[in-house]
Amino acid sequence: MDFTHTEERRLLSNTIEKFIENDYPLQSRMVGASSDLGFSLESWQKLSDLGINYALFPKKVNGFGGEGFDIAVVFEALGKGLVVEPFLSTLIAGDILAETGEHQDIFENILSGTKRITFAHFEPQSGYENKIETSIISNRISGHKSMVQFANSVDYIIVSAKDGDQIKLFLVKASADGLKINDFQTIDGGRAADLILNGVIGTELDITAENAIEAAVGKGILALSAEALGIMEYIKHLTINYVQTRSQFGLQLGKFQALQHRIAQILLEIEQARSAVINACSALNQDKKTREKALSACKMTIGRVGQLVAEEAIQLHGGIGMTWEYELGHYAKRLVMIDHDLGDEDFHTKKYSKLL
Amino acid sequence: MDVNFTKKQLLFKEEVRNFLRSAIPKQLADKIEKNKPLNKNDMQNWHNILNDKGWLGSSWPKKYNGTGWDIVEQFIFEDELASANAPRIVPFGLKMLAPVLMKFGTQEQCRYWLPRILDGTDWWCQGYSEPGAGSDLASLKTSAVKDGDQYIVNGQKTWTTLAQYANMIFTLVRTSIEGKPQQGISFLMINMLSPGVEVRPIKTIDGGEEINEVWFTDVKVPAGNLVGEENKGWTYAKYLLSHERNNIATVGISKKKLEKLKEIARVETRNGEPLIADPLFAARLAKVEINLGNLETTNLRVLSEAEKGGDPGAESSMLKILGSEVCQELDHLLRRASARYGRIYRPEALEDGFNGQEIGPFFAQTASSIYFNNRKVSIYGGSNEIQKNIISKMIVGL
Repeated sequence: MDFTHTEERRLLSNTIEKFIENDYPLQSRMVGASSDLGFSLESWQKLSDLGINYALFPKKVNGFGGEGFDIAVVFEALGKGLVVEPFLSTLIAGDILAETGEHQDIFENILSGTKRITFAHFEPQSGYENKIETSIISNRISGHKSMVQFANSVDYIIVSAKDGDQIKLFLVKASADGLKINDFQTIDGGRAADLILNGVIGTELDITAENAIEAAVGKGILALSAEALGIMEYIKHLTINYVQTRSQFGLQLGKFQALQHRIAQILLEIEQARSAVINACSALNQDKKTREKALSACKMTIGRVGQLVAEEAIQLHGGIGMTWEYELGHYAKRLVMIDHDLGDEDFHTKKYSKLL
Repeated sequence: MDVNFTKKQLLFKEEVRNFLRSAIPKQLADKIEKNKPLNKNDMQNWHNILNDKGWLGSSWPKKYNGTGWDIVEQFIFEDELASANAPRIVPFGLKMLAPVLMKFGTQEQCRYWLPRILDGTDWWCQGYSEPGAGSDLASLKTSAVKDGDQYIVNGQKTWTTLAQYANMIFTLVRTSIEGKPQQGISFLMINMLSPGVEVRPIKTIDGGEEINEVWFTDVKVPAGNLVGEENKGWTYAKYLLSHERNNIATVGISKKKLEKLKEIARVETRNGEPLIADPLFAARLAKVEINLGNLETTNLRVLSEAEKGGDPGAESSMLKILGSEVCQELDHLLRRASARYGRIYRPEALEDGFNGQEIGPFFAQTASSIYFNNRKVSIYGGSNEIQKNIISKMIVGL
């Protein structure tokens, strides 16, 4: 048993954290997050140059990672800095593309960060489920995809569609004819879009779509959960610091027992969340049932603890926690919104209960 | 024991409902239905409609041109306002300043200021909290120094809701540093248009600009703007809090929110089934509905005691805690119901006259913003922790 990360992973994590400390202040994150692009191209390229994308993918596609712990280390570090750049969509869509064993020319550009890709699967009526209606008629894709991450600024989109009863996956150029991208801001920073596809032509990917989607979404769940963990660690640091600095009634807030107990509760819940992430990492390469159970356990825990930590941290801060100017609120928003992506607490509780 | 309203109260409820049905402009009711923010015109417009009917002073006695309604009737009125998708009455002048003036102000002050609240001449905001005085309000430092027939005010207030619309602010200011901090506080009304007053907006977590900092630099205030006695302001502020029992739990608003939420849960589908058929979501709905049902009766029990003239104890603190918990849980569930679209953030789509592309269900447009914004309700007006301190002191004597 060994709960320490390998030397290489620790090194990568430190490199990302150092970059955030020196080159990624929250103010510039906010400028990028609320820009037309939804992130900073400059930060994207600098972060890509650190090798993040290579760490997310395995050797067989020229990456140097791709394991659960690689993904977790990267996203926890990104979470601590509230990084808004589109690494999550790169991971999910990239994982599917990597699975094909083809399109290596495109993949090289994705690894280096010179091209970007996203995944368009879920739909307005599908909620968190795989029940899609987008369909293929005479080799053309038509339908409505919702909340597609950073669709406004990618080069490629992987689109799922039904051919009869069978789900297939297609590589679509963002500039394709018949593709309308209705892009908007998200409350946690960055952008997403609803896609209206009207007879769009794409290249069919030669893989079993259900399996590829499940694997990619699983990695996405892991990434989101690790990101949430990084955010929670940062919120913990902010909150402890605040109650040690702020005084009311002539006493540091941290001296009030009622508040001490609430902070203690947050600390132990975050430890539980960390264990859930570790469990999910180590189950990622195991059989389907073990893997899916661990991923649902992880995302469910993150959803529950994330809401608790966000709400308690704001309450412990009082009015200052409600302001835009102070950094806590932005971390809290992203933390809570992670529960709105790839299945919330209730969704994963139900999914887990079916696997008991 | 009878938990039902009397025949007279039911007739009153009917009368209010009938009036509201025709009185609320459709454009306003639509905004409320869709949880869109109101601007000053919207609020003033609604105040004027109620004032024309003679119902704006819903908690005021008849001698000040109020309705003279008893406390249960006031509760019913608030309940019906929410139920009819009516805008909330802006409370600062009508429900916060006015009771203090009536109880502790002079005849002259009442005669001058109260009609101006009703007719909209004055828009009031509340200047209590300061950067260093939040939960520990009594440590406030904004000073008012007597200089002949005026006070000179210096300091800073914060979290001042709707100060950007107000021309008047009622404040707690320090007039003495002798004795306990509570003993040197006075209640002073200040004209926001006076030289030396500066309002700076504070952007909130959801991107809204509803609260402000208010700065005072050598602001001259007529001594006649002092309410009651110098150094007794703390007593007046406490009087206000302990007498706020009819709407502090916002039962009416929560009932309406729950009704809307259930309607949404019946229409929204998950995996082909209505959301309300999802056992986990339904259990969450059931719990909040049960809590709200209990809270309504708790609130009515408090009002019934108050009608008999009982001295208020910690009831308003209890109601505030319970009401904020229900409110925040309802906001949480609406956010949860928004699922993937809960992340949408398009303030431009909430503006009057927006005719761009609609994306996602209507309630998802504001669900998360409201959820984050209403984290304030367990913080403002004395945080829930402070309310629990009050309860422990007053009831358990700890």
